[in-house]
Amino acid sequence: MALQRCTKHLFNNVRVCTSLIQSMKMCSGGSTSVNPKPDADTPIFPGVQSQWAESLELIHPHSYNKFPVYRVMDRNGCILNPSEEPQLESEFVERMYRTMILLNTMDTVLYESQRQGRISFYMTTFGEEATLIGSAAALAYNDLVYAQYRETGVLLWRGFSVDQFVSQCFGNCEDEGKGRQMPVHYGSKNHHFVTISSPLTTQLPQAVGSAYAYKLANNGRCVIAYFGEGAASEGDAHAAFNFAATLNCPVIFFCRNNGYAISTPTHEQYRGDGIAGHGPGYGITTVRVDGNDTLAVYQVTKASREYAVKENRPVLIEAMTYRLGHHSTSDDSSAYRSLAEVKEWGSLDSPISRLRQYLALKGWWDDAKERSWKEETRKMVVNSLTRAEKVLKPDWKEMFHDVYYDMPAQLS
Amino acid sequence: MVSPVLRLCMRYRVTGLSSGTGQKSPALFHKFITKRYVEFNFSPEKPCEGKGETSRMNLCQAINSALHTTLVNDPTAVVFGEDVAFGGVFRCTLDLQKRFGKDRVFNSPLCEQGIVGFGIGCAVAGTTAVAEVQFADYIFPAFDQLVNEAAKYRYRSGNQFDCGKLTVRAAWGAVGHGSLYHSQSPESFFAHAAGLKIVIPRGPIKAKGLLLACIQDKDPCIFFEPKVLYRAAVEDVPVKEYTLPLGKADVLVEGDAVTLIGWGTEVHILKEVADMAKEQLKVQCEVIDLVTINPWDVETVCNSVKKTGRVIVAHEAPLTGGFASEITAVIQEECFLHLEAPVQRVTGFDTPFPHVFEPFYLPDKWRCFDAVKKTLTY
Repeated sequence: MALQRCTKHLFNNVRVCTSLIQSMKMCSGGSTSVNPKPDADTPIFPGVQSQWAESLELIHPHSYNKFPVYRVMDRNGCILNPSEEPQLESEFVERMYRTMILLNTMDTVLYESQRQGRISFYMTTFGEEATLIGSAAALAYNDLVYAQYRETGVLLWRGFSVDQFVSQCFGNCEDEGKGRQMPVHYGSKNHHFVTISSPLTTQLPQAVGSAYAYKLANNGRCVIAYFGEGAASEGDAHAAFNFAATLNCPVIFFCRNNGYAISTPTHEQYRGDGIAGHGPGYGITTVRVDGNDTLAVYQVTKASREYAVKENRPVLIEAMTYRLGHHSTSDDSSAYRSLAEVKEWGSLDSPISRLRQYLALKGWWDDAKERSWKEETRKMVVNSLTRAEKVLKPDWKEMFHDVYYDMPAQLS
Repeated sequence: MVSPVLRLCMRYRVTGLSSGTGQKSPALFHKFITKRYVEFNFSPEKPCEGKGETSRMNLCQAINSALHTTLVNDPTAVVFGEDVAFGGVFRCTLDLQKRFGKDRVFNSPLCEQGIVGFGIGCAVAGTTAVAEVQFADYIFPAFDQLVNEAAKYRYRSGNQFDCGKLTVRAAWGAVGHGSLYHSQSPESFFAHAAGLKIVIPRGPIKAKGLLLACIQDKDPCIFFEPKVLYRAAVEDVPVKEYTLPLGKADVLVEGDAVTLIGWGTEVHILKEVADMAKEQLKVQCEVIDLVTINPWDVETVCNSVKKTGRVIVAHEAPLTGGFASEITAVIQEECFLHLEAPVQRVTGFDTPFPHVFEPFYLPDKWRCFDAVKKTLTY
């Protein structure tokens, strides 16, 4: 089958699926009418450009090769293919690492503070630090981010301060969201990070719409939408993929496949080749990456961004990772997975330790720096927490503002 | 409470569709339920004064004129939805793609949650988005995007982000033969989501001015278009741009006997009922077009009720949880001591919208008139 050949060829180039891009260009020519060519012995149906088959063959899911997992480093932080190593300045990689540690510390302290009853709720990003920092670092600062809820690291990379995070979690009067939403529902216009809402996947078609607006504005920006593999089961994911492909939108769909949607494991979430497997079906350029390899995530996001903006086309990235933390503070994951499993993942494939080893091999990081930064971040977050707790709650009148642009008579 | 069956029987007596002996005539019954039109008389507005040149337009053309005006005046504006490119199944977007290009006027895939979600995203990024949902009956896949997303965008972000530049248009209401899924009036579902504005015009002049107001409004709006009026309603509509106020009800007929409240097509039925009451009962009813379902004009409604002491609210949507219930509740809170009779709701029944039984289902002039008589003799 030609499709199989195409798919096999596709996997020869791991990073960006060039043959697929070519085939999509052919398919997305935008012709509005179908002109049958009676002399050419090819199918002339308006719905497909394909070829005849004279022998019956059912195409099974296993007829396709699975998307490979692109990586740059091995689990010890060693570069596997020097030509794939991003040539990043030491300060830049160090900043990535420091942000991951800060994120980790913030998660630890805020998680504990919830357990102490000081904040009402929290969601950690343990285990997924590389997906967040690696992708955020590859974007332009003003690319619009639509997050799901576990993308604290993206906003942290963009300079949203620890005080701002903590104030949101307390819902005090310094919270930009004015105390209206649960903790971790961050948003910042200044950081081009659209405010998070709890419903899953609603952000995906919205991201496509924003990308379309950017395309018409011709402003060189793109949009990135983060979501989990569970969220990809929602109808909005289908809507978004299909709209982005048909309307040629410069949007990056970034799937964090962390193995679990609350308790539901991936094998009960889908049957095909993960989320990446959806890409070709929608006519979307697609890549799968080792989400625990910060440099690989950086590389695929950078290449995807360049492609999206240059071609005004969507890209689907599936980052494979593992959720080390519970779904949220309302969840105890030991009810559906063993502590041994979590422990094994934490020690076997930690994104933080992998980047640390890379830095160490480069001679850019050492134990003294590690100790000192960890101590500094802990102080930073604890001080912020102590301070934010004492900051007053917003004025009660804020409960009624911003429902509409002007307050209606019923509320005033 | 009068049972639906009893109400139908009462209607037979009023309309003369039953035999003189009170026995139903199968032939007449058959004739009545095989009609394919909604029974109402469109009551055109007087030509606008001071708004310049006018042109004869039906409601469809008035919508087209509003969209055209928007695309000319707002370079960011986009118009999209299923089948929008060739002019739309109701022809409201006719010739817009030819005039403004495929980037600004385009087909979307067949997916309402995608259409609305996409529209929200356009609006968040600063683009004026006018999305078409082909039938209000098919808006429900987008319920989440409208209720959980569009309605709450400004509030949840502390006014950092909003989607006020989004307007969702949808063909709405009974059309004579639309049955369960081409007839519904789902406005009350959306009235329950603070943050959305819901607007329904009664004719071409209102449609153009209100649609332009919705598009320019800083909050997301749902604009329900009574599809039976698309061609039936013709008025002299100002050619240039104009807007009409949202959240403001219109007192169309002044009176002191009974306040009749409706919106969309029902307004024309209520105007006819007011005429019938004047002629047959020698009383003057006050007719109010609510125009905006939410946030609604409590003041205009209550001022009228305080004057008349008697109220009928009529809508095509089913009774239970219909917006008439909300209006009724507010009236009893605000005007209790002024009321001379219980507020009456004349609405569709608590059934799905039926095909051949549509004439029985709708709150037509006879059912409304019957309610007027009852409230006057309470």
